Formats: sequence, C-alpha cells, structure tokens
Amino acid sequence: MIHFVLLISRQGKVRLTKWYSPYTQKERTKVIRELSGMILSRGPKLCNFLEWRGLKVVYKRYASLYFCMCVDADDNELETLEIIHHFVEILDRYFGNVCELDLIFNFHKAYYILDEVLIAGELQETSKKSVARVIAAQDTLIEHAKEQSNSLSNIIAQATK
Amino acid sequence: MESWANVIMKKAFKHGSQNTIDQLKTIGRELSMGTQGNWLSSKEYLDLVKAIGEAKSKAEEERIVMAEIEHLKKRIMEPDVPRKKMKEYIIRLVYVEMLGHDASFGYIYAVKMTHDDNLLCKRSGYLATTLFLNEDHDLIILIVNTIQKDLKSDNYLVVCAALTAVCKLINEETIPAVLPQVVDLLGHPKEQVRKKAVMALHRFQQRSPSSMSHLLTKFRQILCDKDPSVMSAALCALFDLVSADVKGFKNLTASFVSILKQVAEHRLPKAYDYHRTPAPFIQIKLLKILALLGAGDKHASENMYSVLVDVIKKNEPGKGDPGSNITNAILYECICTITAIMANSKLLGLAAEITSRFLKSDSHNYKYMGIDALGRVIEINPDFAEEHQLSVIDCLEDQDDTLKRKTLDLLYKMTKSSNVEVIVDRMISYMRTLSDAHNKTEIATRIIELTERFAPSNQWFIQTMNQVFELAGDLVPVKVAHDLMRLLSKGAGEDDEEADSLLRSSAVESYLQLLAEPKLPSILLQVACWVLGEYGTADGTHNADDIIGKLCDVAEAHPGDNVVKGYAITAITKICSFEIGAGREVQLIPECRSFVDDLLASHSTDLQQRAYELQVFLGLGADLVRKVLPVNGSGEEIEFDRELPFLQEFVDSALANGARPYLDENERLGVDSGMSSFVSSSRSHHEPSHGLRFEAYETPTLAVSSGSAAVPSSLLPDFEESVTEPTRSVRNQTDSSQVDLLGPEVARLRLDGVQRKWGRTSGSSQPSPAPTPVSEQQRRGSGVSEGASSNNESSPAEPRHDTYSSSFEGKKVQRVIPAEKQRLAASLFGGSSVQKGSSGGVNGGVKASNAAGNVRPSEKGVPSRPVAGSGKEKNWSAAEPKQASSSLMDLVDMSGDDLLPVHDSKASYDPFKGLEGLLGVPSTAASSTPAGLGKSTMDFMSLYDSAPVVSQSASSLAGDSDVLPLGHRRSGGMDGANGVEGGLMDLNMLPSVSPLAGLGELAQSSSSSSPSTGVSDKKGPSRQHSLQKDAASRQVGVTPTGANPALFQDLFG
Repeated sequence: MIHFVLLISRQGKVRLTKWYSPYTQKERTKVIRELSGMILSRGPKLCNFLEWRGLKVVYKRYASLYFCMCVDADDNELETLEIIHHFVEILDRYFGNVCELDLIFNFHKAYYILDEVLIAGELQETSKKSVARVIAAQDTLIEHAKEQSNSLSNIIAQATK
Repeated sequence: MESWANVIMKKAFKHGSQNTIDQLKTIGRELSMGTQGNWLSSKEYLDLVKAIGEAKSKAEEERIVMAEIEHLKKRIMEPDVPRKKMKEYIIRLVYVEMLGHDASFGYIYAVKMTHDDNLLCKRSGYLATTLFLNEDHDLIILIVNTIQKDLKSDNYLVVCAALTAVCKLINEETIPAVLPQVVDLLGHPKEQVRKKAVMALHRFQQRSPSSMSHLLTKFRQILCDKDPSVMSAALCALFDLVSADVKGFKNLTASFVSILKQVAEHRLPKAYDYHRTPAPFIQIKLLKILALLGAGDKHASENMYSVLVDVIKKNEPGKGDPGSNITNAILYECICTITAIMANSKLLGLAAEITSRFLKSDSHNYKYMGIDALGRVIEINPDFAEEHQLSVIDCLEDQDDTLKRKTLDLLYKMTKSSNVEVIVDRMISYMRTLSDAHNKTEIATRIIELTERFAPSNQWFIQTMNQVFELAGDLVPVKVAHDLMRLLSKGAGEDDEEADSLLRSSAVESYLQLLAEPKLPSILLQVACWVLGEYGTADGTHNADDIIGKLCDVAEAHPGDNVVKGYAITAITKICSFEIGAGREVQLIPECRSFVDDLLASHSTDLQQRAYELQVFLGLGADLVRKVLPVNGSGEEIEFDRELPFLQEFVDSALANGARPYLDENERLGVDSGMSSFVSSSRSHHEPSHGLRFEAYETPTLAVSSGSAAVPSSLLPDFEESVTEPTRSVRNQTDSSQVDLLGPEVARLRLDGVQRKWGRTSGSSQPSPAPTPVSEQQRRGSGVSEGASSNNESSPAEPRHDTYSSSFEGKKVQRVIPAEKQRLAASLFGGSSVQKGSSGGVNGGVKASNAAGNVRPSEKGVPSRPVAGSGKEKNWSAAEPKQASSSLMDLVDMSGDDLLPVHDSKASYDPFKGLEGLLGVPSTAASSTPAGLGKSTMDFMSLYDSAPVVSQSASSLAGDSDVLPLGHRRSGGMDGANGVEGGLMDLNMLPSVSPLAGLGELAQSSSSSSPSTGVSDKKGPSRQHSLQKDAASRQVGVTPTGANPALFQDLFG
C-alpha cells in the first residue's frame, strides 16, 4: 500500500502531503526534510527509487515538481511510477495544462482529486474518465452552492436530480 | 511513452523552468485568466501564499507562518464567523499544517465544520479532518455521529465524502458504529459509493480482522460487481485476505485466472485503458493474488500457465523496443508470479528472457527491476546468474546508491562459502560509506548473518566481527558480541586445544592493537576487555601488568561508560586471580590501584561490588582462587536444573496446606478464555473488552463471584514466611490470584495442573538427587514414565535431548554432527523437500534456503579458497576485463559443484561446527543458552550457578539450605533474555549472598560435583523453523476444491 504522497518543489517547498499511515506532526516534518534532501540531490540519470527505512520511495520529477510516493518494500516500483503518472494526467486534464501554480493556489482541489484516485493507500480508480466525472459533479454542485449558498434545499435537489 | 509524457509535461509546466519569483509575478495574469474554480481566492489567502512563495529564507517563511497562525487563532475564535469565512480559515489551517506547523488549535473547528448542512462546508470539513487527524486522535469520537448520519444521506456526494473520511478516521473502536451502514452501502446504485464502501471495508479488515470475519463472503460477491472499478477495489481487499489465509481462497483461483484472461483480452471498457494497455493496475493486482495462490500448489499453478503466457505475450515489446513503463511493470509482476508459483520450464524461460532484457537496458529503473528479478529467478535456477555476471558487477560499481544496494541484496542471496569473503568485503566497504543508522543496522545484520553462516575460519570471523563492531558500533545487537565471546571460549568445538589457543592469542593481539585507536564503540571495548581478561596472559607472551595497564587505560578513557568499566574491572580480577592461581605474587600497579579505589567509592553498586570482590580475591590463597576462577572457566558448561527438585518438599507441604497448584501461563490463559463467561457473564465475547460500545448495555445479570480477593490473603502468609526474597513473593501472589480467578469450581482442571507441572519432578523429589545433578537421561526417563508432561516434550526437543546426553559422554559429540551433515548432504541432493526440511531442522538448515545445489564446499578446500578470493578481488579493482570475468565466475557461480564430503577425520577443520553455537538464538525460558551466555560474560555467575550443586549436596548432608537455593532459584529463573544484566542484577540484588559465602562449601564439594553437561551446542535458530514451516507447507500443498461456482460467466457480459 501507499504510505504517503508528497509533492515537493525543486526548492524543497512542500506543495501537497497526504498520509495514509499514521505519522505524528513531528515525524511528518522529519520525513519531509529527510526525503526532500535525498530526492533533490539525486541526479537525473539515476533510478527513480529509494530504499528508505525498510520502505521504498518512488519519485518522479515533472518540471519543477517532484511527485513522491512511499510504498511497501514488496510493491511494484514501476507500477507506482505509473500511478504517479496517472495522477498527473488527471490533474492535467482537470486544470488543463496543469502547472505548479495551479497546485499552489488550488491545493485543496488537488486533495479532492487525490482522494478520488487513491483511497486508504490503494489505487481506487483506474479510469481517468470516471475520476473526471466525479470531480465535475462535485464542482457543479459547488458552483451551484456558491450561487445559492443560502438555500440548502436547492443544493440537495440539484445533487439528487 | 516516455517521449509522449515529456510532450505533455513540457506543455503543462511551461513555467517550470523559471524560478519561483518569476512564477509569482505571473500570478495576477493567471488569476485574471480565471483558472477554473478559484472560489477560494480571497485577498488575504492569496497574499499569504504569495508571501510564502516570495520568502527568501526558511526563517522568513517561518515568521510569515507564525504570524498567520496568530492571526487565524484570533479570527477563528470570534463568535459568529460566517460560514464562508470559516471555510477559508480551515483551508488556511490546512495550508499552515502542510508547511509543517502545528495547527492543532483549529482541529475542533474542522470537526465542527463536518456537522454543517452545507455540502460545500461539509466537504471542506472532512478534507481538513482527514488531513489533520490520525485515527487515534481524541476528536474522532466527535465525528462518528456525523459520519453515521452522512452515510445515510440520499445525496451520493455526501455519502462519498463520508466514506472517504471513514477510510482515514475510523479506528478499531469505532468500527462497530459504522460497519452495518457501510455494508448496506455495498448495494448502493452508484458505483462510486459501492467502490468506496468496499475500500472502507478493506480498511476495516486491516484494522480489525476479527470484526470482519462474518463478511468474507461479501468480498467474493463484490468480485462479481458489474462495474470494473468496484471489482478492482474488491481485489485490494481480497489480496490482503488471501495473504492472510491462502487455503480459504483456493477455490477462487479459477475465477481470478478467468478475470485476468478477460482483462488481458481487452474486454473491459476503453476508459480503463492506460496508454493503450488494458487495465494494467487490475492486471498487476490479479497477478499478485495469483502468486499467493499458486505458491507451493502444483495444481493451482498449472491453471495459471496459459494465462501467464498470454499476458506476457500481449505485453512483450517488439525487438529493440524497450517497451513502455506500464507494460514492463506488468512483465515484472509476471516474473514475480512465475517465480512464486510452481512454474514450468517454459514460463521460467520467459521470465529469464525478460530479466535479461531489463538488465541490459540503459535505464537505471529497468536495471534496478532486473536485479530484483534476477534475485527471484536464481532462487529457482541458480545457473542463470552466470550469464549476467557482468551486468551485476556493473550495477555494483554504479554510482547510483539505490542500485548498488539492490545489487548487494542480490549478492546476499547468492552468498555461499566460496564467495563469502568477497561479498562480505564489499558489504563492509559499502558500510563505510553509510551514515544513517537504519541502513547501517540493516547491512550490519546481513554481514553478521553471512559471517555466521559461511565463515571459512574462526580467525576471519573474529576479524570481520571486529570490523562490524567498529563501523556499526552500538547498532549491533549485544547478542552478537556474546556469540563472539562464546566462540572464543568454546574454541572450534573440537579437542584441538592448540588451534583454540592460537585463535585466542591472535584475538588478544588484534584487540591489543585495536585498543590503541582513539575512539571505539562501547560494544567493541566490552569484547576486548573480556578477551584480554580471559586470555590476555594465557599464552605467556604478555605480562599481567601490561594487560592490566591496558585495561585501566580503557576504563579511564571512558569514564561515563559503566558497562565497559564493569568489564574492565572483572577482567582485571580474572588476570589477578590467574596470577595468584599460578602461584605468583600479585602487586597491583599504581594506576590500577587508583582505579580500584575509584570504583570502591563508585555510585554504581555493581562496580563497587566488583571492586570489593577483586580485593577479596587478592587476599585469598592460591588453591582457593584456582577453584573459584579456573583458567578458561568460561568454556565450561553449566548445568541448570529447571525442575528445582529441592523445592519439592516445600511445594508438597504448601499443597498439603491447601495452596493452589501452579499452572503455567499458557494453561492459565487457555483456561481463562474458556472460563471467561464464567467469570464475567455480562461481558460479551466477540468484542474487545475495553472497546467502545455503541449499543445500549443489556440489563445486568448477577455475576458469579470469583472470590479472588479473599483466597490469596489466606494463602500468602505461608509464602511470605518462608520466601524471604520480595520479588519472588510478589510473583507468587500474582500467580495464585490469577489462578484463583477460576474459583473452586474447576477442581478437575486443578488436578490436571498438578500433574502437568509437578508430575515430572515428583519422581526426583523422593530421593533428593544428592551430590550429582540429575543426568538428562535419568530425568527424561522419569518424565516419560510419568507420562504426564507429554506437552512439554514436544518432538523438536527430542534431538536436543539426545545431544545433551551424548555430550555428556564427551567425545561422542563429534560423531553426532558428521552424521547429521551426511543426512543434510544426502537430503539436499536427494531433492525431496521433506528430507530437506527435517534435516534443516536439526542442523544448519539455513543452507537449504539457498537454492538447490548450494552446499558447503569440501572442508579441506576451504583454507585455500579465501586466499584465491581475495587475490581476485584486487584484480577487480584493476579492472582487467579478462581476469575480472574469471573472478566473476567465482562470485556469481551458483552451480552446485561443491559437494559436501562425508568427513570424519578429526584434523579437518570445520568452520561450521565452530559456528553452530552462534546460530543459536538464546531462546526464552525453555532453553538454557542464557546460562552459557551469562557465564561467559560474567564469571561470578559461575559461583551462583554452581551454588545449586553445593547446596544440594549440602542439604543432603546437613539439611540446611535456606539461602542458597533461593539464590540459585533466582539465577536460574533469570532468563536468558537478560543476559549480562541478569548476572549484574544478581550481584546487585543479593549482596547478602556474596559469592564468597559459598566458597567454603565449594572448596569441599566441588571435587564431588561432576562436570556439567553440554547445553548450548544445538539451538534451533528461527531460520530453521521458518524453513521447516516452508517445507511443511510445500509438502502439504493444498488441493483446491474441484467445482468452482461459475461466478464470472456473466461478469463482463
């Protein structure tokens, strides 16, 4: 299973963190510091895997962002790489040419999308289309809510239509 | 694919190459362009993000965030914050927390927000709580009610949000609260909801399998769901279930195979394609499950052959094409499956082909996967490694640290006696480059394991261990140091005293050299002190004063390390007494004098005690000292009589006075659980007793009173009168009170207990086994004839008993081991897994784990091998291709041409035998290894250990043995887990029973006390057990039930 997902910028700034295994705030900070040091210092030609505390960290760099996932030692690294890519493609499809800025300002959106792709540390949806559909459904609801945020019954009516 | 991805990404991250400041300058433009859904773009928030983005330093960022936290703290607590504002605050909290700061003051607001009726707010609330809280947080309980309500909502988006939260937040205690509703949701019309419900159940299964046991059939049903995403979610859960209980799911094998077939044939909707590969993630999950199902099961494996071939063919790229990442991921998974199941040669051939393609690839990722795959393939077909030696060496020399480590892992799997030196050498030089503790520990453990298993000579073993101690220092488990000491004290396990003393003096030399170095880890110093104390003066090359001077230096250099000091003073004591024993006058050198004076005033009672003992020894006569601390005394075995027959009288009288018989822990627990309804009838069975309950309590019924409080008080005085030692009586108290819980109703059980526990010893109780300890033979005989304790005499213990009794007769030992080796060799080449397992259980079963033909080389060949190996090692670095390749043969050669000779010649030097003791894991109370251990570290232990002998003889003579038996009982009961500490504690806690107290008696009776029997020669290391288990499972196999309900015929319609 996936223990956590990290998005780190090339400068070592955290763009998104999602923890599927319990880590305290202190541990989280430590993990991020440790891993970003290790990952950012690796050369481009080296392999995209790190063995770390009995687990494996698979990372991939997209422009200025590093996407990292920490998986169990017996998980398939190539598959994890593709899960990362799958997530990136969905982000790309949603934001339309996703860039780091999208994630900086809409990190909560990225979280919602991630929640549709991964759940409880496992890949839950392998179809890009259906992720897009759910997110769109939530968005229309939200757009709608913005317009009529006072009228709760309308929202429910809209959602259950 | 790679290029395709690059195009997308280049396009996507067009700002990526600019630096952050530039990016932020474009923010305004970006926002005015209206990146969709910027509903959260309040000015404040944007300013915050912008400020943090522009922060020049970590300190500046810190300051901004701290200011933000203060701001939020103030604002969020204001009354009547508008909903929308509150939502924004929560998102800002998430942002702050993401940057690594503590936002716990706001958690409660996030939880509160989940109660909101507005879906928008609710989702933000759930998002924040799932990010903030771990499942053990106190606030979880506040959210359960909301989740319960939301799971019932008729808006599927609300349900989805709640289910996502369930996956993260619900812990073992709260599972019962939501479980029924989640199960109901499996029938929800929306597939998103069903899918999430399955994942939630999967999570519950991981948290608390017991609460889910009634739902196993549900998972099977879900597998037939018409939506592929729900089915794939079920696969996640099934994977865990299958790995927990393979047998229970054998009958699904055909179903999984047919699903995989259909997926591979592209029968799923196009939406599940990933880069034109049909549902690769589902395929991989299925392959993983098949690997579990096919392991060790011929029949199940055969069902998979055709589908595996299909999958490989579909994903195999054309010639010269590296293939896409995802197809290679599937192919790699196929290799894993093929090597896990009982594959045929065709599949193995395919796996080997793919592996070579990976290894030959330019991409480091594929190389890494290739090394991993190679490790799997050679476990089945060791010859395969030869072909790829060059690639392996390339990877080993690669600058990529990850790849290097993976290659070392591979080498670790390939190690055998002929290449162990080369490989361990590599590992040690790699260890030198490491700095972090985790990796170091791991590699040190491996080196130690390999060294213990394959060491060609004791000399080499000691040197390697010293290096490991030096590099890894205190990361090495203490046990390893004890093993090393044991090896030295026991020698090679043969009667070759000369070789042993050579070994010892070489050890002394090496440690004397080592001690010259400035900074050494504590554990190495301990070993060094012990060795110097024990053997420093043994061969006569070193003068006692020199050694004592060295030891004083060590202690002086480490003023804070009491353990090292303890070792040092003990070592000094030993040297002094050897001197005295040899009839020489001992005059402590001045620095030693001051060291001892220091310790006499030490705060540590342990050190003090040792110092005083040294002083006493200095004043004793030569022959007395010789008796107390004989030269090389730590090589002797100590007899432990765990049955404590001399206490039988006491026990009998206590029983006669109405005391409850002793039940050992297992029985107690077993009976306890059986009686739980008895004891507390109101407590329901299947729930954890301390768990939260979500239904109403039923009306209380009158519980059967157990009377546990009353009985012990009447019992205890008895104990406390006679047992003066406090901890002892406390233990009795707990024991008896626990037994008492059962109440008097279980009279029958009680009788059982009497027979079980005390039956064996009752035989020896009648005639107290006077001057000599009970021989194992005799004891065993009585145990069998009593026939009561068949439980304890489980079959694995038998061989050990045999060895005891034979080691009793001295030389017989040597005959036993070769016989076992013969069997090992025969079974290895006979190839039957059954034999393999059984012989592995007796002896170095470790070996069997290394695939087929990997057997120890001829014993005589060994000494010459190392030299050749190290010579070649140098050639490597010279990088002469030709020589390298020949040396590679040496390294990678797995062909089983080394045969184990049937040897019985005494002179042949057998490293394995010497290491046998090392393989032993000091098991818990059952074995008496710890005795040997404690003894070898702490010589004073021997005084206690021999105390029983003394006391027994004394008691039979004088009938007065109140104190010493207790002392013995303690040291006997002090289990091996404690090791040295056990010894230390003895000294600390029993100051009145000074070792010297028994000296007088010892002097008289030690001549009559017979030599102790061997104890620690054969221990069952856990590896052996695991091998046995493995062999057993392979042997048993499981025949899957024949008819499979055609679950999947209508699956993809």
